[in-house]
Amino acid sequence: MASRAQIIGGVLFLIAAAAALVLPEWVASLVTIAFANALVVLGLVVLWRAGLVSFGQALYYCIGAYTVALIARWTGFTDAIALVLLGGIGAGLVAALVGVLLARYREIFFAMLSLALSMILYGVLVKTESLGSTDGFSVATPTFFGYAPHGQALGLSLYWLTLVIDAVAAMLIGSYFRSVTGALAAPIRDNEIRVEFLGVSVTRIIHAKVVIAGVLAGLGGALVALSIGHVDPNMAYWTTSGSFVFVTILAGSASVAAAFIGSLLFEAVRSIAVDVMPSLWQMTLGSALLLTILFLPEGLGSLVGRLRKRADAKP
Amino acid sequence: MLLTLSAILTDGLVYAAYLFIVAIGLTLIFGVMKILNVTHGSFYAFGAYGAATAVGIYANSDLPAALGFLFMIALAMAIGMIMGLVIERGLLRLVYGRDEVVVVLVTYAAFLILEDVIVLIWGPGSYAAYQPMVAAGNTELGELVLSNYDIVLVAIAAALAGIAYWALKFTRYGRLLTTVIFDRETAAAFGINVTLVYTATFVIGAMLGALGGAVMAPKISVTLGIGVEVIVLAFAVVAIGGMGSIEGALIGALVVGLCRAAAVHLVPQLELFVIYGVMALVLVVRPYGLFVRAQPRKI
Repeated sequence: MASRAQIIGGVLFLIAAAAALVLPEWVASLVTIAFANALVVLGLVVLWRAGLVSFGQALYYCIGAYTVALIARWTGFTDAIALVLLGGIGAGLVAALVGVLLARYREIFFAMLSLALSMILYGVLVKTESLGSTDGFSVATPTFFGYAPHGQALGLSLYWLTLVIDAVAAMLIGSYFRSVTGALAAPIRDNEIRVEFLGVSVTRIIHAKVVIAGVLAGLGGALVALSIGHVDPNMAYWTTSGSFVFVTILAGSASVAAAFIGSLLFEAVRSIAVDVMPSLWQMTLGSALLLTILFLPEGLGSLVGRLRKRADAKP
Repeated sequence: MLLTLSAILTDGLVYAAYLFIVAIGLTLIFGVMKILNVTHGSFYAFGAYGAATAVGIYANSDLPAALGFLFMIALAMAIGMIMGLVIERGLLRLVYGRDEVVVVLVTYAAFLILEDVIVLIWGPGSYAAYQPMVAAGNTELGELVLSNYDIVLVAIAAALAGIAYWALKFTRYGRLLTTVIFDRETAAAFGINVTLVYTATFVIGAMLGALGGAVMAPKISVTLGIGVEVIVLAFAVVAIGGMGSIEGALIGALVVGLCRAAAVHLVPQLELFVIYGVMALVLVVRPYGLFVRAQPRKI
């Protein structure tokens, strides 16, 4: 089963990688953003499986982005791969720190405290004049092991970098879901005291999940900072977190792939909605979210499962 | 020094009054229905827009200024009532019993939709409704100049706190509400119409949210996105005091109001940081807020 999913994933990866050569530039950059954001969504799926929703994932997203932007600005170091990894590590360290606190909370309180933490960062950034206050600042053009592309070549390089990081993350998270710790997510969601009776520390598992989600969000933020070439405090605002949670619900937690498809779909719907009816795109998003919650409680990912069941039923 | 101190106190009190008016509806709805209502931001925004419209209509008539203030509040609260009814009966009813977090997302979706409804009704421009504020005039206390409107704001907040206390402790509806808060199912088993209590609570909460927007409209520029900011502020206040607790909202509003005023006057860079810093600090020490006792874990 797992191997079939891996083969399909591998084929999709190759198709996506090859598609970059034929896609128009603006579509490719849209896909880059969508796949970078998909990492954040993947992190939220990790938490959501254990019944936790973070309304403050923008904290790690923003830290990843600002880590990249600040290192490039202060040291002049511009290697994209190292920068993105540093962004992930930076966000992971913050997540490890605040995770100690967050792991004690559940349900709405978990969501609220993460929201508060991300708003603290927003408050600090907005008032920091040296970092451009609300306007943010530009990120230096990245290089790849000394290779310094421009224009379309740069876009392509970032696209492939995002794809590779996505693929690695998808494989790692996939095996995490199949591991014992990963499999304990649903029992924790249902009844965590009984899980503790098994002799497992739920707090420690949740701390690990917060860190995983933090690292993923940091990587996503770092990639977005490089692709857009600009960072600003809005990356830490609660509406940013809100849109990530939105995609998570839309995609559902059924599989790793759902995060990527959901994110791609979200970015597509958003750019189409903004283009066709600029004053109604929030309404479009809100209606999509409502319809998903009301009619597809397990998210779009569950559709795949349903189709598969139907196919299995008809031999 | 003394002037700064009294300025911090008065500014803090006015800001706390504003926060309390906005937060009381949110905490009421959470206390009774266990719903963290993101739509509260929309109620606030609709209240503010409604008030701005009312002021606009009224400024063209020759009636006395004091009545204009009442007209403004009445229109905003009527809007809040209708919205509360529509959202509770038309939408939330469908998701009762689902995960708390899912219900939050439903209110978030409704909030997104309503943000665009504002554009459809009032357009993307901003409105000014300063007339009641100007008409109210100023009071001078030594070197300190106070706007009478701010004094009215504090009075309204104090009156709301008093009414809420009285209504919860000494009226029939308040006692029914207390039973429902304590245990919904037992209350229903004793013949309390919980559905009706839910609808009434949500409508009252929505009206309070709209009231918050209405009284603030003269002090701010009524423009797109005012609801977004208010939601997180109200969340912070309610989380500090303990979600669902009215006295908690009062203390939370005072704490945040005074801390923010102190920050604005002493270290302006920390203005926003202080609000959420205080919230995080309180949550670290008392996870469920200052006024809520920890719940025992159920197996």
